[in-house]
Amino acid sequence: MSDFILEMKGITKTFSSLKALDNVNLKVKKGQIHALVGENGAGKSTLMNILSGVYPYGSYSGEILFDGMECNFKTIKDSEKLGIVIIHQELALIPYLSIAENVFLGNEQAKSGVIDWDKTLHNTKSLLAKVRLAENPNTLVTNIGVGKQQLVEITRALAKDVKLLILDEPTAALNDDDSENLLKLLLELKEHGVTSIIISHKLNEVNMVADEITVIRDGKSIQTLTKGKDEITEDIIIKGMVGRDMENRYPRREPKIGEVVMEVKDWTVHHPQNEDRVMINRVNLNVKRGEIVGFAGLMGAGRTELAMSIFGKSYGQKISGSLKINGKEAHLDTVSKAIENGVAYVTEDRKNYGLVLIDNIKNNISLSNLKKLSRHSIINPHEEILVSEDFRKKFNIKSSSILHKTGNLSGGNQQKVVLSKWIYTDPDILILDEPTRGIDVGAKYEIYTIINELADEGKSIIIISSEMPELLGMCDRIYVVNEGEIAGELSREEASQESIMRCIMRHNKEVK
Amino acid sequence: MTFANIKSILKNNIREYAMVLALVVIMILFQILTGGVLFMPLNITNIILQNSYVLILAVGMLLVILTGNVDLSVGSVAAFIGAISAVFMVTYKMPVIVAVPLCLVIGALVGAWQGFWIAYVRIPAFIVTLAGMLVFRGLTMVLLKGQTLSPFAESFQAIANGFLPDNLKIGNLNMLTIIIGIVLSVIFIYVELKGLKNKKKYNFEVLPFGITAAKIAIIVIAINLLTYSLAAYKGIPLVLILIASLIAIYTFITQKTILGRHIYALGGNEKAARLSGIKIKKVKFLVFVNMGVLAALAGLVVAGRLDAATPKAGTNFELDAIAACFIGGASASGGIGKIMGAIIGALFMGVLNNGMSIMGVGIDWQQAIKGLVLLAAVAFDVYTKTKSSAE
Repeated sequence: MSDFILEMKGITKTFSSLKALDNVNLKVKKGQIHALVGENGAGKSTLMNILSGVYPYGSYSGEILFDGMECNFKTIKDSEKLGIVIIHQELALIPYLSIAENVFLGNEQAKSGVIDWDKTLHNTKSLLAKVRLAENPNTLVTNIGVGKQQLVEITRALAKDVKLLILDEPTAALNDDDSENLLKLLLELKEHGVTSIIISHKLNEVNMVADEITVIRDGKSIQTLTKGKDEITEDIIIKGMVGRDMENRYPRREPKIGEVVMEVKDWTVHHPQNEDRVMINRVNLNVKRGEIVGFAGLMGAGRTELAMSIFGKSYGQKISGSLKINGKEAHLDTVSKAIENGVAYVTEDRKNYGLVLIDNIKNNISLSNLKKLSRHSIINPHEEILVSEDFRKKFNIKSSSILHKTGNLSGGNQQKVVLSKWIYTDPDILILDEPTRGIDVGAKYEIYTIINELADEGKSIIIISSEMPELLGMCDRIYVVNEGEIAGELSREEASQESIMRCIMRHNKEVK
Repeated sequence: MTFANIKSILKNNIREYAMVLALVVIMILFQILTGGVLFMPLNITNIILQNSYVLILAVGMLLVILTGNVDLSVGSVAAFIGAISAVFMVTYKMPVIVAVPLCLVIGALVGAWQGFWIAYVRIPAFIVTLAGMLVFRGLTMVLLKGQTLSPFAESFQAIANGFLPDNLKIGNLNMLTIIIGIVLSVIFIYVELKGLKNKKKYNFEVLPFGITAAKIAIIVIAINLLTYSLAAYKGIPLVLILIASLIAIYTFITQKTILGRHIYALGGNEKAARLSGIKIKKVKFLVFVNMGVLAALAGLVVAGRLDAATPKAGTNFELDAIAACFIGGASASGGIGKIMGAIIGALFMGVLNNGMSIMGVGIDWQQAIKGLVLLAAVAFDVYTKTKSSAE
């Protein structure tokens, strides 16, 4: 028998002509902790979804060997039967069920459909002891903290007799004590013979627990580093993660930058439900006329929250700090006030927050600025048609007509409709949240061109993006956001994937 | 304009055409089944008078449904306002001209009360209006002490039962009614042609003139047939004028104004609407205030028609109004539906009721058949939608 518990060989997966994974190889030794690192969108989650059977056998090519046996998983159940359990970033616990009920959910301790509660509680207790979670099994999951919830997830995996535990960003939502506990627990489980794969952005954690590290970039496995054999430093890992060429993916532009248009000082925002939790902490930033500014950072760093709290206080509560537009104090308490003051925000989630999907292109484009089209609040239907037809032609929105339902458009064209809508409000400051997420390369280029034109017209642009090359290719200046704070500010010359990553790592250490 | 374009326009509006067609089919069906009674002048007038309250409520209910909510309390609110009006006018002898506006204001307050809980406290409309259904039914009984209050002044009854005074008679026909029909036809033709000209000015695609002309001709004939049969009885019912004005006003609001567009956007995607600068709380609140006013109006019409305020008035009105909206093509999740659709839905139910009653079908079977019709209409809706999204 080989000493590999898992071998994934030559895995290739395409989504409608886009190669998400290209000949990826991953070998995990029995009884080790294996780390999987890479940028957002590099293909880590896709790979794990193939392993756990979310993408069934046949939808990818390549071979999976588990314990030396070839596996063709059709569903998640198939992989769980063999002891492969994945714990996702968003916890899959039912908040209003007890710990015990959650632990054995889908795996109920029952005889012919009748649950044996004594057995359930007894088993839960012994499992909880293993993860050193001192809670009553009858406590509702909603009443324990996120850190403990994470432990319940692991308990649930143990209840399924786990052989290979996959953790996707397990510490992203945890504070430092909880993170440390969790990592210690992983090491303990390793002693008990449980193999784990950990996906993480926090390279210091990876360094601490992992025996081997596989780096994935652009859907390819780049290298596997072994502790004790290869030299492992954060710099080496980062190089592996980001080292790619960037030629002509971004249209050229000569920036003409003017005076400061928007200035934010000491901006602090609290969580919308939990008023004690600070989400954005004393942020200072400014944007100049004709400038494209980037917000870099990892998922959950607080970039969207920051942008939405500026845009009509759409996020959070107890917002304090000053916001100046063109040197004058502005109080953007509602979205309509933000729009009146020339601020526009293009959401990262265009389906849920950007478009009325059941309505047509015309009505979506005009929605935020119907005033401009009406007299005495009666809409001029002819003007409206002309305006939307204009945008449809200018931005090359592929559709049968302006009466085409936006729900039936492709992602790129939907994004162009949302952009049109906000450009029609004639903003001075345009905040674009993940403007090219889920969009194919051609449409991306078109959207970059639109962004550049807007900047040339003298508008100030803020781009929030998790794709670092996009920020580096487009922005004149980049703010690195981490844990709700500005971790650094980089000029176009200073900015590189390494310097951004370094800012985040340094800030993580400072926060600690 | 090619044939394919015409086909696509027809396909996009299949729901509306199907609805009108279904109404026509059911009218012809009952005309045959009832041996010609359905289209008798007296019966046409009756259908209008009998269904006036559903038509009024359906208009308000459509706006509520457009925002993705529902109002279960309208029947109780109608009864409550009926009771108040009886207390004002029967017990305290208040003049009609004072009592009616006062009742509408109270209706607005009732709507504001429910709108407050729904829009600002964010309690689901289903629960708030379910509570309202019980509260206002209870208050109705308290006000009336469980008894019937009557009679009302004749001027008040006229709102529900009166006719436009008509002294020009030729034979059996009320000529004023005929003239109004002709005037309306001329206005309609003028508006249509002007719209056509405007479209051409902006270089928009228009339907071929033949189809437009056919559409205009059908509607003109329908208007004049209606006024002719009304003229053959007692002329134009006052309540028809009221309903026609409501239809005109609310069609205008929903189709042509910013507020209307905001209502549709709110129902289509509340989160996107909020981030587009729409004051969603205010819009929701206004929609419920409006529903309160229209429920009050319906309550007054019912009280006037029965010439009495009774504790049981308005029972199940909410269900008729909601059914009318759904049969008329409104979507339960909000954002889709038209005033004219709700009106056609209400008429469809009205003709169904009336036809079955004339045929002597029992109230038991009427209920069951109406239920099946509602289900079939919505099933057709779902079917056409999944089919079109699959393409």
